[in-house]
Amino acid sequence: MVGFLQQIVEGLGAGAIYASLALALVLIYRFTGIVNFAQGEMAMFATYIAWQFTAAGVPFWLALVLTLALSFVGGMLIERVVIRPVEGAPELTVVIVTVGLFIFVNAAAGWIWTFLIKDFPNPFPAGAFEAGGLHVGYSTLGILAVVGLVMGLLYLLFQHTRIGLGMRAVAANPESARLVGIRVGWTLALGWGLAATVGAVSGILVAPLLFLEPNMMGGVLIYAFAAATLGGFDSPVGAVAGGLIVGVAETLAGAYVGFVGSDLKVGVPLVIILGVLLLRPQGLFGRAVVERA
Amino acid sequence: MRVSALGCTAVTALLLLAATACGGREENGAAATATGACQGQQTTGITATGIKLGGIYPLSGPASAYGDIPKGIKAYFDYVNAEKNGIGGRKVEFVVRDDGYQPPKAVEEARRLVEQEQVFALFQTLGTPSTTATWDYTNQRKVPQVFVATGASVWGSDKAHPWTIGWQPNYISEARVYAQYLKEERPDAKVAVLYQNDDFGDDLLGGFKKAIEGSGIQVVAEQSYEVSDPSVDPQMRNLAQSDADVLLNVTTPKFGSQALAADARNTGWNPLHIVNNVAASITVLQPVGFENVQGVVSSTYYKDPNDPKWASDPEMTLYKAKMGQYAPDADPSIPYHAFGWAVASSFHKAMEAAKCPTREGLRDSMRNLQNVQVDMLLPGVTMNTGADDGFPIESMQLMEFKGERWELFGDVIDTRQEFGPVGE
Repeated sequence: MVGFLQQIVEGLGAGAIYASLALALVLIYRFTGIVNFAQGEMAMFATYIAWQFTAAGVPFWLALVLTLALSFVGGMLIERVVIRPVEGAPELTVVIVTVGLFIFVNAAAGWIWTFLIKDFPNPFPAGAFEAGGLHVGYSTLGILAVVGLVMGLLYLLFQHTRIGLGMRAVAANPESARLVGIRVGWTLALGWGLAATVGAVSGILVAPLLFLEPNMMGGVLIYAFAAATLGGFDSPVGAVAGGLIVGVAETLAGAYVGFVGSDLKVGVPLVIILGVLLLRPQGLFGRAVVERA
Repeated sequence: MRVSALGCTAVTALLLLAATACGGREENGAAATATGACQGQQTTGITATGIKLGGIYPLSGPASAYGDIPKGIKAYFDYVNAEKNGIGGRKVEFVVRDDGYQPPKAVEEARRLVEQEQVFALFQTLGTPSTTATWDYTNQRKVPQVFVATGASVWGSDKAHPWTIGWQPNYISEARVYAQYLKEERPDAKVAVLYQNDDFGDDLLGGFKKAIEGSGIQVVAEQSYEVSDPSVDPQMRNLAQSDADVLLNVTTPKFGSQALAADARNTGWNPLHIVNNVAASITVLQPVGFENVQGVVSSTYYKDPNDPKWASDPEMTLYKAKMGQYAPDADPSIPYHAFGWAVASSFHKAMEAAKCPTREGLRDSMRNLQNVQVDMLLPGVTMNTGADDGFPIESMQLMEFKGERWELFGDVIDTRQEFGPVGE
């Protein structure tokens, strides 16, 4: 029994990592209505910036603040320079641009920092909290706490601020939004900036566990997509719940379902994506899009 | 109707022209043959005063750390050209191409090297995927593909590709070294294995299982991972539940670091940690923290430039001096440079021993190496090949991580002597 509970705890730890990136995916989807395939690579790049600061002797927390600020500006810049020219183009075009951005950011990071792995300081203490034979790492608790905090902030932003309202209007119908006086361009840029910031938090959370290198977020992104699809692409609560469910399901399947084992573990999120798309396309917590006839 | 018939004729004529053009080129290639005792053998890329070699390495992309290898090779050839009058009077020209660790690009570069650059031989392709992608081509064209930089056992056991040969100890030989060590030190070890789910992992794990057959050693748990997995932490957790007393870590660098870190974090499970050579680089251990990897065991076969043991070794002194002279931008303490130096001097010996200065001569020479000593290899490690032995190096020595570097221990283990030929 303790072994089973331990697997659940580890699954939640992995799920929290997926959820952290899924939050960034949800954020940008809510703002702009597109899926950003480069989200993981942008997070990785931001993590390198944080690493560069700490390597230069900047204290961790100051480096964190600087990195988040830079990520926000960088995200807005990307929207202005790369995405703006294809604004209004079919969704597929924008998606292809983000895929191109994925490849570019990955190559740029390799070019600047090489592909050698780097260790990243862990903001949480080492060791584990123990109760009844159950080990819960402090870093797992820390990640869960940060993810919960970000989720709460996003929920407040979406539901209880004017920016959130304006951004929902822009995502729903850019033209009407412009007509009622919302600055659509700035709203979109704000969305990219905020998503880049949330992504940076995700990268900085996972780097101490996965080790920093340019392909660090590649695997995480797949699981984050599964999490966002499961929870609903427009719901921060859903993204976190989805991430945790994916993490636990994957861990349990790997440990207890004989034929899955570690070999097929990576198939679990794919099965989840497929199942959700078939049965409940809007996700567990998402809202179905209703079009007026 | 008339028009289309005309078109057909034109197309046929064009095809014929193309065919004759190709045929003509083929004949030109075949015309470059030797006379005398080596009559009829290919001499493309080799003259009385020069020899042209082509190498394909990932100079860019995720595996670009290996791009340091050709720097060591170039330094060696520059030194031999300038101070030793080349290899038997022939100055070596070494053309390096970048495949970014992508097999399709490796094929393209192999074609360019063979057909446009007209190289004598491909001296190293790096990585199992790139070598697998190119070896059908090199063998069809009868171009030697010498000392490929990958440890897959297939280069030595395959019979259909006589023009391709490996160099470094293959993964099966490496697995045998660990098996031998455990047989002596922990005859009833319970082993947990973490391995990469591809040919590399299968080769090493399969070799290990075969090598422990009939002994008291058991594999009690195995967990595989995919290169696309974010982390091997879940696998390490499952392995820890096995309570094995030895962990065999068969991984590539990033996952090697993750597994070492996971082992260090788990204070309740303290197995003897054996990490394979692929992930035994200092660049893998350093991010984990040297204090966390003390006592980890691995194996090697060439001299580590960082080991003070070789500080006054003549070959190491020569290597450091010549690297400073011919590759001043490269850091000689990076082991990949020493690897390049070692493999280049191995080529030097194989080429020198060739009876004919032809492609056929090199092919036969690389399969007829007898106790060839290469000074950058560990003392006691020599190159041996034969008609039924396509594995130049099959001996390795164990090492343990102490302080901030690896320390060799025990004797060199000749796996062919201990276990017989690979694949039997």
